[in-house]
Amino acid sequence: MQNKSRRRTILPGFGLSLGYTMMYLGLVVIVPLSMLFFKTSSMGFSAFWEATTAPRALASYRLSFGVAFLSALINAFFGFIVAWVLVRYEFPFKKIINVLIDLPFALPTAVAGIALATLYSPSGWVGQFFDKLDIQSAYSPLGIVIALTFIGLPFVVRTVQPVLESIESEIEEAAASLGANRWQTFRAVLFPVLFPSLLTGFTLAFSRALGEYGSVVFISGNMPFKTEIPPLLIMTKLEQYDYSGAAAIAIVMLLTSLLLLLTINLLNRHVSRRVNDELA
Amino acid sequence: MFKNLGLVAAIVFFGASLSYGQSTILNVTYDPTREFYKDYNKAFQGHWKKTSGQTIQIRQSHGGSGKQGRSIVDGLEADVATLALGYDIDALYDQARLIPQNWQKRLPNNSSPYTSTIVFVVRKGNPKHIRDWDDLVKPGIAVITPNPKTSGGARWNYLAAWGYALKKWKSEAKAKDFVKALYKNVPVLDSGARGSTTSFAERKLGDVLVAWENEAYLMINELGPDKYEIVVPSISILAEPPVTVVDKNVDKHNTRKVSEAYLSYLYSKEGQELAVKHYFRPQDKQIAAKYSAKFRPVKLFKIESLFGGWQKAQKTHFSDNGVFDQIYAK
Repeated sequence: MQNKSRRRTILPGFGLSLGYTMMYLGLVVIVPLSMLFFKTSSMGFSAFWEATTAPRALASYRLSFGVAFLSALINAFFGFIVAWVLVRYEFPFKKIINVLIDLPFALPTAVAGIALATLYSPSGWVGQFFDKLDIQSAYSPLGIVIALTFIGLPFVVRTVQPVLESIESEIEEAAASLGANRWQTFRAVLFPVLFPSLLTGFTLAFSRALGEYGSVVFISGNMPFKTEIPPLLIMTKLEQYDYSGAAAIAIVMLLTSLLLLLTINLLNRHVSRRVNDELA
Repeated sequence: MFKNLGLVAAIVFFGASLSYGQSTILNVTYDPTREFYKDYNKAFQGHWKKTSGQTIQIRQSHGGSGKQGRSIVDGLEADVATLALGYDIDALYDQARLIPQNWQKRLPNNSSPYTSTIVFVVRKGNPKHIRDWDDLVKPGIAVITPNPKTSGGARWNYLAAWGYALKKWKSEAKAKDFVKALYKNVPVLDSGARGSTTSFAERKLGDVLVAWENEAYLMINELGPDKYEIVVPSISILAEPPVTVVDKNVDKHNTRKVSEAYLSYLYSKEGQELAVKHYFRPQDKQIAAKYSAKFRPVKLFKIESLFGGWQKAQKTHFSDNGVFDQIYAK
């Protein structure tokens, strides 16, 4: 096995770097996650089932996957536009705007949640307009979507941007010289190349949104069955010193997310292979 | 390779768990006591210097009461725990055997050197005429109180409402209806007490905030006496935030003596005066008499007499599928 792989690559240091990778992943990802399974091992299957399929838990999964999907979709659309503008056009303060994109990464999520709740509460700057239209923004699922959209913005921009930058203008010129109009060039030439990165950005934003707790609890209102997210349920279980129940819900979230990520990754691979074939 | 890794890990963890120096104790407490213990620590440092000649460093850790209890269970080496409710200290026995089961009998007054109660905060002039618990269930009144499943303080709020209804109608079913009607008027369940205060004060949500008395005073002092006023209901619960020495940790750190002195000084005249300064109700009869004008009289019931203690209250009301879950069930 080792001989084989040694032959396959001409780069030195394979054993060392793979060993380092495995150890790092083990310490940082696998060990903490396996604690989840360890914690639930003390509960029987029926208790596990009961904890993870309670009506309230089901309602929270539905909410969380729904709002995470929606916010990732919004981010995919607008993030794409932002990346496009940042790469394709020159305008004043472009550098500053470019830096602004990363702010949601740097800001503690609780701060984001509090700031957004202040803005969107019925008496807030923005919330009062929603209020006049009889739309509840903060303390409703819409509020959660707003928070998650904020949190997930950088992912799409930062994944699409470098790919867009790497597309050489010759490709577009070639398309134009072959008689494609602008829309055709975008749809048939640029978009297929960008799509894998867009999907990756979408996936990152989506999974980030699924796990988000800090900002959501401040803007959601935490009403059972309405605006209660699974991470909050986990917190309430911990508050009762019900470690295994908390871990059970975490496992459901983890496995579902894993499944979704895998599916999207497979899809991504499929798409990029097709794109590469076409380009070749 | 893996052996080495294990060794490295062991060294790292061992290093992290090395205890603090002997002249330091760690007080793991909850959020609203931040200002109180800051003052108290200074007073105790002086007192301890005088009585024993030693200089003592006191470190404080703050957070939600439940989270703090869990941190101690999980290995935060607190010398003393001063939390919002007995249930969170019970966990130190139940989950990790860090303290004896009868910990609450070791100090006077259920190990609660200061108490508080649950009151209402309304907007200035009391535009919705909220006088007592009954007013909270009226249609059109929005009540702000945190989620009792995530906030220890909110559990006192809930039990106070339940106790009022139970005393009034003498029926569990009626009490449940009352509490259900009350929570129907709650538009937002914040995860902690300070979150609720923010919702009420900054976001201008709700007509009435249900809060601990000391928090209510603190809030009014911070945010302006011209904006809010306190309404004391006819009857409320005696909130007893208890304190204990964490036996396993003080024995390990060799800090039992100073930790016990730290807690018993809370019961002294000086400690009680400081508690009053931060709007906790004192246990000391003389101090209580001295400040009788500061704390409005209110009929108080205890959690033991009405609910049979925290363990039982927690199980009946706040566990999964308990009464609180039932009132929200569809």
